[in-house]
Order: sequence, then C-alpha cells, then structure tokens
Amino acid sequence: MFSPKVAKLVVEAPLIARSRRPGHFVIVRLGEKGERIPLTIADADVAAGTITLVIQAVGESTAQFIGLEPGDAFTDVVGPLGHATHIERFGTVVCSGGGVGVAPLLPIIKAMKEAGNRVISVLAARNKDLIILEDEVRRHSDEVIIMTDDGSAGRKGLVTNGIEEVIQREKVDQVVTIGPAIMMKFVSLLTKKYDIPTICSLNTIMVDGTGMCGACRVSVGGKTRFVCVDGPEFDAHQVDFDQMLMRLKAYDGATKK
Amino acid sequence: MSKQSFEEISSRESSWRRDLRESMKASERTAIERAQMNELDAAYRITCNEEVNQGLDREQAMREASRCLDCPNPGCMTGCPVSINIPAFIKNIQRGDIDSAGRVLRATSALPAVCGRVCPQERQCESRCIYLKMGKQPVAIGWLERFAADHAAREADEPAPANGKKICVVGSGPASLSFAGSMMALGYKVVVYEALHEIGGVLKYGIPEFRLPNSVVDREIDALRRGGVEFHTDIVVGKTLSYDDLLNMNFDGIFVASGAGLPRFMDIPGENLNGVMSSNEFLTRVNLMGAGRPGYATPVRKGHTVAVIGGGNTAMDSVRTALRMGAKRAMIVYRRSEAEMPARAEEVTHARQEGVEFLTLHNPVEYLGNERGEVCAMRLQQMRLGEPDADGRRRPEPIDGAIVEIPVDEVIVSVGVSPNPLIPNSIEGLQVTRRGTLEVDENLRSSLPLIYAGGDIVRGGATVILAMGDGRKAAAAMHRQLSGETSDQH
Repeated sequence: MFSPKVAKLVVEAPLIARSRRPGHFVIVRLGEKGERIPLTIADADVAAGTITLVIQAVGESTAQFIGLEPGDAFTDVVGPLGHATHIERFGTVVCSGGGVGVAPLLPIIKAMKEAGNRVISVLAARNKDLIILEDEVRRHSDEVIIMTDDGSAGRKGLVTNGIEEVIQREKVDQVVTIGPAIMMKFVSLLTKKYDIPTICSLNTIMVDGTGMCGACRVSVGGKTRFVCVDGPEFDAHQVDFDQMLMRLKAYDGATKK
Repeated sequence: MSKQSFEEISSRESSWRRDLRESMKASERTAIERAQMNELDAAYRITCNEEVNQGLDREQAMREASRCLDCPNPGCMTGCPVSINIPAFIKNIQRGDIDSAGRVLRATSALPAVCGRVCPQERQCESRCIYLKMGKQPVAIGWLERFAADHAAREADEPAPANGKKICVVGSGPASLSFAGSMMALGYKVVVYEALHEIGGVLKYGIPEFRLPNSVVDREIDALRRGGVEFHTDIVVGKTLSYDDLLNMNFDGIFVASGAGLPRFMDIPGENLNGVMSSNEFLTRVNLMGAGRPGYATPVRKGHTVAVIGGGNTAMDSVRTALRMGAKRAMIVYRRSEAEMPARAEEVTHARQEGVEFLTLHNPVEYLGNERGEVCAMRLQQMRLGEPDADGRRRPEPIDGAIVEIPVDEVIVSVGVSPNPLIPNSIEGLQVTRRGTLEVDENLRSSLPLIYAGGDIVRGGATVILAMGDGRKAAAAMHRQLSGETSDQH
C-alpha cells in the first residue's frame, strides 16, 4: 500500500512480463461479474514472470483491487495492449507524472535514461503522502523535482510550475506526461507555448481493449482515434483534452444508480 | 434399429426416401400451410432476455418437413453458402429420424443450431424454394434446421487418431469453431487463442441471448473441448504471443479468424458526445459483461429514448436490447427504405412487434448535446431513393432543406465495422487489402504459407454461415497442404 487509496500489486503473468514494453497496458477483471479495467503496466520481472500494477481506488472495482491480499488472483489479465512508448535519444527529456501516473512513467524514465537521455523527472501530487515511487524515480533520473499542492514535500505548486522552471533554465527536447487528464491538459498547454514535443498516455474508459468497442475514442488532431489500438500515447498537443474530460464522466451517473 | 450408413440416410435414392416421396401427392403437400414459429409474446419478451423463438415441436416439424417436395434438383441447396444437403435432413425429419437429420446437417455445418437461428434464410435457401414459384410460402428450412440440431442426439465424437500435427487458431468465433471441429476430426491437435475472457466471439459478445442463447453456443464449444480442442482465453495473438512465438511453439499451421474489429462511425458533429456509442460497445456491455443485470459491475446507459443508426442485424439486435434495458421509445434510423434493409426479415418483424419505430429514409447529420456533454437530440436529413448504384440498390439522396430534429438521450451507431488491424499490424509479411482485410487465395491461404484466414478478417463484415464455411474450407485446404508435405517426406 502506498496510501489508503493507492496500492501496488505484483501479478503473476509470465507471458505478459516477457512481451511488455514501456507504455503498454493490461486489462484485468476480478470475479465472473467483474468489469474489464485497463491499467498501465508499471514494471515487470521477466525472471519471476510478474508484472507490477499500481492502482488507485476511484470506483467500486478498483477499490476491490486494492483490497486484494497476497495469494489472491485476478480472474483475467490480458495484454500487453496498446503501442509501446517510442524511445530514442532525444537529448534532454522531462518526464512529468501526477498521482499514480508516476507508476507507468517509471519504465519510460528508465528506458529514456538507458537510451542516453538526460532525464529530469517532475513528480506532483496533492500532498507528501501521495507522492509514490520517489526512490525508484531518483535512481533512474538525473534530477528529480517534487511538487505538492500544499508544500508538504518538495516545493509548493503545480507540476507545470516545476516543468516551466526547467524549460526556462535549459533546453528541453522532449516532454512525457502521464497523470490525470486535467494535469496532462495543462502540461500540454505549457509545452505548446514553448513548442516542445510532448507525449501523453491516456487512460480512458474501455471495455474490450482490443479495438472492438470504441468506448475509448478521443479526438486527436480533429480525428477520432481509439486509445486502445491507436494509443495509449499520443502527441499531447493534438489531443482534445476537454472532450476527453467530458467523456471520462460518461458513466458517472450510471455507476451511482 | 441398427445405425444406417451415411449413404443410406443422405441419398435421395434410398428406399425409405423413395417410399416417403410416394406416400403423399404433391398437391397434398402443397396444401399444408407453413408452420408458425412458437414465439414469446412481445409484451412479455421485452421484459426479459429469453429466446423469442421457442422452436417447433416434433409434430409441427414433421408436418412442415412433409411440405418439402424432395425436388430432384433442389434449388434450396444452391442458395446455401455451404450447400447443406437440405432435402436429406428434411426428409429424415419427416420420417421421424431426427438423429439422422442431425448427422446430415453436421456433415456440412459445424454449427447447425446456430445457423438455424441466425442465417438469413429468406435470402439463401428459402429464397430458392420451389414453393415461391407457386406463389406460396417456402418450406421453413431454417426452423427445421434448428429443430434437428436442437433435438438430434450428439454422437460421442470419436476421437480421430492423432496425426501428430499441431494447429493454432486465432480467435474463437464461428469461423474458428468450424475450423477447429474439422481439424479435430482429421486428427490434428488444435489450440485456440481468444483475446476476450469468453470463447465464442461474436456469438457471445454480439448476438443477444434472446436471439441465440449462450447455452446453444456452449454446447458446441463443449463438444469441441471433449474432442480434445484446447481453448485459451485472454491471449492476444500479436501481443501476448508474437508470430515468432507461435513458430517457436512448433505449430504446423495457423488459422487467423480474428474478426471484424473496429466499429465504424460516420464522422459527423457530436458523435463523441456521451450517450453516443457503437453497437459493439452497447452489445458487448450487455451480452458479454452482463451490464444491467444484478451484481454485474459493468455499467450501461439506459436510455429513455434510443435511436439506433443502421438497418442490419446488429442494428436490430441493438434496438431490441435497448427496449429490454428499459427504453420507452426505441427507433431505427436508416437512410434507405425498408426494402433495402440488410437485416433478416424475422428480426425486422420481431422488432416491429416489440414496438420499435422505423425512421427509414432518414440519415443523421449531427448530434446535439446538453451542458453536461450528453447527447440530447439528433438532426436527421430526410432522404429519397434515386437511381440504382453499382450494387443495384437505389441510392439514397438528401431532400434539400428537409431536416428534422428529434430528442434522444442515447444513440447507438451500427453502420458496420472495419477489420481488426491487430493481426495485420503484428505479423510481418502478411498482405493486406486496401480495405484492411487479409489477402488470401481461393484456398484461403494468406501471403504466408503457414497461415490461412477466414471469416470477417477476410470478408470485412459478413454472416455467421459464411464465416463457418470459411473455417471448413480452410481446414480442408490446410489439411491438403500438410498431408501433401508428409507424403513428400516419405
């Protein structure tokens, strides 16, 4: 457990552990009446045949997930799905993560570092307790900036304040952002201002996760794209975040009924 | 009674069959009215998910079978995509030997209980029935097929001697099940990989329970399983297992039947509003995920006024499902007239009985949303039929300025699907057509010699019977290739 609402699960899934790359996600289901929930893979151990998922309780199903005990099992785990992150030597890469978005960001940080980039990680959360994986991120980053809303860890302010500070200080070649849609929206607006290429990883509503249902559709560059098969990563500057924020609420009423 | 040979039960020249032909005059046969399907009352059935068609009883089936004139050149068979020996199974029903009727069906069709329920018979076998030429209703071939398939004893599938070869099947829909059955019977070890958590493909996630109960599909799957077919769920070929993985696993052949994936949208304003979704999404939530049933976690929107865009079977399934989810007003919006609708006649009739409204010659041009981003109305362009287009259907044309606005709180877009790009994208060297379907030769072999393909990944969006036929055809062709290779080695 990272906090009462965020937990790390290590799941035995040898085939997925072997074939996953940074950026991939899985779909899990708990119980024969459970729903299919997409989760980005945070880490994998090929030798142990496991993948690591970091889960935040946001609804009924995810609340059940974080209550799982060692030895429990998901009914289904399928993946790795989506396209892997495009990794290359860009130069200086700012990796910005918010909340549990830091978990899927970690393998990208590692891969970017291994590819020879200077990696500056900017982690943000509401408060100190919600900053996760700080040590692991530090291990693979050249520099880490922590931002909290209340100043209880790092500096007080938003993730965008941390990123802008870096941009004003040095040349940034690429930004990666993973976190709540609203955070990615503002990161995207910021980097657009400075004309810095930015990729974001979207976590939309999905059912099958294999391109069949279209629940995950987003507007990218004015075109409808499916996050599950066209993404989950897109050029952040092309994503219609307002539409995505609206679509994330599609079943808010239905799940309460 | 000792079991008759297949020749005896299927030949038109068998003595029992000749006797049967001579037992009644043609005029007596044609005087019999076509059977009426026993169906649940419309008012009741929209309150539940029970199968609408209850099937014929034995007496009805035998009487209907006696209508069949046992033509020497049966037109019905030419209308069947897999050329089922229709008169043979019907005459076995007439003589009361339902088990033999089942045997005749299974010699050609892997899934007769499914096809008897979902085939568009009025456009296939029944459309060629001699009765139509007499101005009478055709023999109810589909209902008889279903009767025989449901009531014939399933022979314990004798396990064929293993031939030591192992085949991989991608997907578990009708093409795959049919392919697996054929290969199993030839002694191959068959391993099926399915991406979803259920076996059955479109038969499970797509076609609703009230039209095709899952228990009917599960019976077929169980029979294959007993025969030694291995099924694995939650495996996405191309992702979980790569093509190289499959090669390393020493499969002797691969059959790809991954289906038509991506739902098509119309690219009109407002299509991404909440409450607008694909029929695949709506039906998958309800059929596969159990949304709307007590205890199931998956949510589904329960619209009060639901519009389904399209005129195919999936559109009918969606609109009728919406009624069962509590819609007070449910309508089909279709840009051509009812005559051009691709849906089965029976589905259109059932939908109308259940209170579905048909807005034909209407085409959506825009969806309007409220302040919460939910759809609240649709703007429809009224159409008229113009000149016939390339495929002979009259082309719908907009009537200038004729736009109507109708309030809706749920829109289900059912205008077709595109092939799933997952497999084509993940296997190098696999040739793809301009439409994104897999390129295959007349034997359904792809550009890679080990890989055959069939069903919607090749056809783009067709029927269960055609997919099933592909599975059978690909199995025969792959067997020829693989057994030829064996003899070469000797």
